[in-house]
Amino acid sequence: MASTTSANAASAAMHLVDYADLGAIKQVPTRNGFGEGLIEAGRRDEHVIAICADLSESTRMEGFKKAFPKRYIEIGVAEQMLVAMAAGLAATGKVPFIASYAMFNPGRSWEQVRTTMALNQTNVKIAGAHAGVSVGPDGATHQAVEDVAIMRVIPKMTVVVPCDSVQTKKATLAVAARWGPAYLRFARAESAVVTTEETPFELGVAQTFREGGDVAIVACGILVYNALVAADELAKDGIECRVVNNHTIKPMDEPAIVAAARDCGAVVTVEEHQVQGGMGSRVAEILAAQHPAPIEFIGMHDRFGQSGTPQELTEEYGMGVASIRAAVLRALGRKRARNGR
Amino acid sequence: MDSLSPEALRDLQLHANDVRQGIIRSLLAAGSGHPGGSLDMADIFTALYFHLMRHDPTNPDRPDRDRLLLSCGHIAPVRYAAMACAGYFPVEELLTLRRFGTRLQGHPERVSLPGLETTSGPLGEGLAQGTGMALGAKMDGADWRVYVVTSDGEHQCGLHWEAMMTAGKFKLDNLTCIVDRNVIQIDGSTEDVMPLEPFADKYRAFNWEVFECDGHDIAAFVDAVEKAKQVKGKPQVVIAHTVMGKGVSFMEGDYLWHGKPPKKDEAEQALRELSEARELIGAGR
Repeated sequence: MASTTSANAASAAMHLVDYADLGAIKQVPTRNGFGEGLIEAGRRDEHVIAICADLSESTRMEGFKKAFPKRYIEIGVAEQMLVAMAAGLAATGKVPFIASYAMFNPGRSWEQVRTTMALNQTNVKIAGAHAGVSVGPDGATHQAVEDVAIMRVIPKMTVVVPCDSVQTKKATLAVAARWGPAYLRFARAESAVVTTEETPFELGVAQTFREGGDVAIVACGILVYNALVAADELAKDGIECRVVNNHTIKPMDEPAIVAAARDCGAVVTVEEHQVQGGMGSRVAEILAAQHPAPIEFIGMHDRFGQSGTPQELTEEYGMGVASIRAAVLRALGRKRARNGR
Repeated sequence: MDSLSPEALRDLQLHANDVRQGIIRSLLAAGSGHPGGSLDMADIFTALYFHLMRHDPTNPDRPDRDRLLLSCGHIAPVRYAAMACAGYFPVEELLTLRRFGTRLQGHPERVSLPGLETTSGPLGEGLAQGTGMALGAKMDGADWRVYVVTSDGEHQCGLHWEAMMTAGKFKLDNLTCIVDRNVIQIDGSTEDVMPLEPFADKYRAFNWEVFECDGHDIAAFVDAVEKAKQVKGKPQVVIAHTVMGKGVSFMEGDYLWHGKPPKKDEAEQALRELSEARELIGAGR
């Protein structure tokens, strides 16, 4: 796979796997990383507890339940209760992780999240499983593609969308260790593992996974992989993209976003979420105020999902590699028109 | 605990009268707020702060304090008045209610004023948080108790029933829910808006122990809570039958006083009535 020396240097500095080698790349659901991270968080801090709303296997809380049965609480199908009760437990010094599908928590429980977690300032961590259309055959009712918008609008909330299972484990440990209400979003489907144990991770610090100066692709979640593949393909045509893994939606790494726009002159945002109100919208807010630049948005364009395979749905809603390539070319064209070239 | 002596009861009645006067003064100063439910819970908040609870106004974060959660946050004036009378903050601060920069927010905010335990106002959330606290105490082997004051109207919220189910499941005998059963909500009688009866049976069906009392008979309320504390293996509810606006003749039983503050002349009349009542309590010595 063609890529420049500088692109490879960025990848090496981030200790990424050789994601161009399709045979070597592992496919693991990001939720697995949450399950592993939660057990490790439980080992590190006895105050960490887990509360689940009847989805312990699919949210991957099962491992914690086995490891720490006295610190695991099952409350059944009651997502508002999940949040408000966790706020009460947090008031006694616990660090509750609460898990359900993102569609139900925070989808159903938003007001409890706002009042009892954020306004009340309690140390509760939401694990939003099965986010995005990559949920697949379950269909639109179970595909949360609005959750980032409703979480990032809440003051004092941390919002994290890690890019693969390895990073999801690190993100789980990071939100456990940092005091404050947090939302961690992950997915159901198997997805490419691009980071390694050695890849650094810090909340609020975006990561340059690939260097390039023509267009910046700012991505989050499992679509970071598609962004990397698109960038490598474009490099064959002489277009070099910077790929930023923008895992922390709130607080967003504003200097990294501004630097990407300044250095590249055009931006493509990529997320498995409505383009209204999501990660890309935050990027646009930052750039409109600090460094206006052409932006193209990859994500759900005001549509609900439907049943299908993750691959079919990713293509249908314009989040596949070809769609990202096309968006980069549009962004590049707008940049050149703007620069009078 | 022994039942109340006549002297102790008289002292609590005097405190409750002070609390009611504090409510009227703060609402007059605020120019908005909820007098009806605030007045009708004055006797109960007085009993909790001046007799029943383990707490320390000079150390609101004392780890082994009993937790008092106000779920129906709109009756914050009664809690603020009771806290001021108990020594949490100066009584004069009640006059800052709902004003810019005040610690006494229109609906209670925990981070604003020490001793509040939760931020509340959106209805139906208090018991859920109290359930979490009570379970946390159980997990830690702590002996403090959780009291959650609720309105009857907020029993129409689904979350409250999720909490009732959960508290029953975990047999939280360190949790007592207190219901302000004044049968009134904003749009009228609870039984017209969305009937709650048979109310006590609903709690029993959720594996709760039920006590009922006259919410203005302080001795009866204290007795009910003391009995509730003896219950093992079950959460308890004290359904306190109250009269909205209790203590001010022209507000009593009138749902229009749910969310309307008294005007100056109305407040003066209310304070006059309460002062006269205070004289009678004092004379009963």
